[in-house]
Amino acid sequence: MAGKPITISHLNVRIGDRNILKDISVSIPPNKITAIIGPSGCGKSTMLKCMNRMIDLVEEIDIEGDVHIDGENIYGSGIDVSLLRKKVGMIAQTPNPLPMSIYDNIAYGPRIHGQRKRTDLDEIVERCLNTVGLWSEVKERLEDPAAKLSIGQQQRLCLARALAVQPEVLLCDEVTSSLDPVSAKHIETELSSLKNDYTIVFVTHILRQAKRLADYVIFLYLGELVEYGPANEVFFHPKDPRTAAYIEGVFG
Amino acid sequence: MVDWRKTEEQLFKGLMIASLLIVLGSLAAVFIVVVIRGAPALSLAMITQTPQGGYYLGKGGGILNAIAGSLYLAAGAIALAFLISLPIAWYLNQYAGRSKIAAFVRISLDVASGIPSLIYGAFVFIIMIGLHERVSLFWGIITVALFITPLLTRGLDEVMQTVSPKLKEASFMMGATRFETLWHVVLRQSLPGIVTAFLLALGRGIGDAASVLFTAGYTDQIPTSLGDAVATLPLAIFFQLGSPVPEVQARAYASGIILLAIVLALSLCSRILSQRFKKYVIK
Ligand SMILES: Nc1ncnc2c1ncn2[C@@H]1O[C@H](COP(=O)(O)OP(=O)(O)O)[C@@H](O)[C@H]1O
Ligand SMILES: [Mg+2]
Repeated sequence: MAGKPITISHLNVRIGDRNILKDISVSIPPNKITAIIGPSGCGKSTMLKCMNRMIDLVEEIDIEGDVHIDGENIYGSGIDVSLLRKKVGMIAQTPNPLPMSIYDNIAYGPRIHGQRKRTDLDEIVERCLNTVGLWSEVKERLEDPAAKLSIGQQQRLCLARALAVQPEVLLCDEVTSSLDPVSAKHIETELSSLKNDYTIVFVTHILRQAKRLADYVIFLYLGELVEYGPANEVFFHPKDPRTAAYIEGVFG
Repeated sequence: MVDWRKTEEQLFKGLMIASLLIVLGSLAAVFIVVVIRGAPALSLAMITQTPQGGYYLGKGGGILNAIAGSLYLAAGAIALAFLISLPIAWYLNQYAGRSKIAAFVRISLDVASGIPSLIYGAFVFIIMIGLHERVSLFWGIITVALFITPLLTRGLDEVMQTVSPKLKEASFMMGATRFETLWHVVLRQSLPGIVTAFLLALGRGIGDAASVLFTAGYTDQIPTSLGDAVATLPLAIFFQLGSPVPEVQARAYASGIILLAIVLALSLCSRILSQRFKKYVIK
């Protein structure tokens, strides 16, 4: 799948009277991993949520600008948010399994998007759990509550759940931050193996993780896009002194 | 030197135990009195027969009319109340959020929960007079539904408010609509609490005498249609207790045992069901 880039132009986000994102313009390449880095509170999660309109759930939100995905402005009129979120999957910071069985967690997305046939669902569940390396661990207990899994397994389940509706884009918000190192490693490995098929945008505050995974890097600082470019350039030849300072660990 | 922190600790512990004893003690006392006085009059006939001629003077028969009547009435009322409560609770949680309307509705419901059931009975009675209606199962159901709906709605509302926003977000993230999120996620997550709220309201409805006094009537027959008058257990107890005949008074207590047993069975059911529904709940 050679998709189209995600093009963000002049994105301004205000919550109440605070300017959270200031005139962000960037084009995120398809089938690559793009990391959004920056100190806590700089607007990373907000920017991510703008790409699948989860930002709509925030009260007193005011958004200006365009985000084009697949050549379509997702803030344009006539956009079906449900279909958008099917196309642009998301994995949250803390694992958030649904109050149902492991099987139903994966089947939830396909079901609400019209997939009803049991054999198709069986196939999807097995394939997605396999992709995240969970199948052999849970195939005997698909009817168990998802909450019984370990935190690391739950996060992989959430990844599998996102994959089940065949998205084109995956948005990951510090998805390893609540996990133990081994589970975190698992998720990292899975993400890098997924980039051939998906456009991945991931938020992290761990610079080493960004170095390991990212093809491209966006550096946000106080709601501004300070620097954007291929990972090697941003990390080793930053153009902006603020980027350099952040990478040296000046503002942690 | 006095260790104040320890004394304080002891004092409050004592206070809590005392309160617990008062509550459990009165419950036990009620239970014991009812059982001691009612047990001798309890018989199979009590629960399998309707009153025979002269029942209220101590002759044969039972109160099947009131048992059946109470169950019909409670079942109808809770079904009706649930149909009204669930959409309101959903609306409050999913659509109205923390708006002024939601706050207003919640306060109104709290006030409505505090109104004595007798007032609801009187209110429906006035409507019945206006419509030239006679006492019946139908009007009894309307009355009981009316007075348990605010309780049930607030119960459901409180239960659903405990569902974490993260969980709803998980559903929205998958592209689910608000209704799908409500139906598949919020409902499942709050099911154990919903069962408890449901049976609490049912218990209130089944034990109430005042609301049905003018609206459901009283009869020795088991109702065969919604238009028939209907006897209820609380009223059966009330009437029998007022009798000068000792045997009939004993039967009032026996009826009390039956009512207690029904309520107890309901709470047991609710415990078992909500335990079962807890399986998939996310903590
Ligand atoms: N729902 C919200 N209401 C008010 N302010 C918010 C909300 N979400 C985020 N913010 C504010 O927006 C800024 C950026 O937040 P966020 O995007 O979560 O930062 P990051 O993910 O980079 O840590 C922060 O200052 C935060 O306080
Ligand atoms: Mg964040």
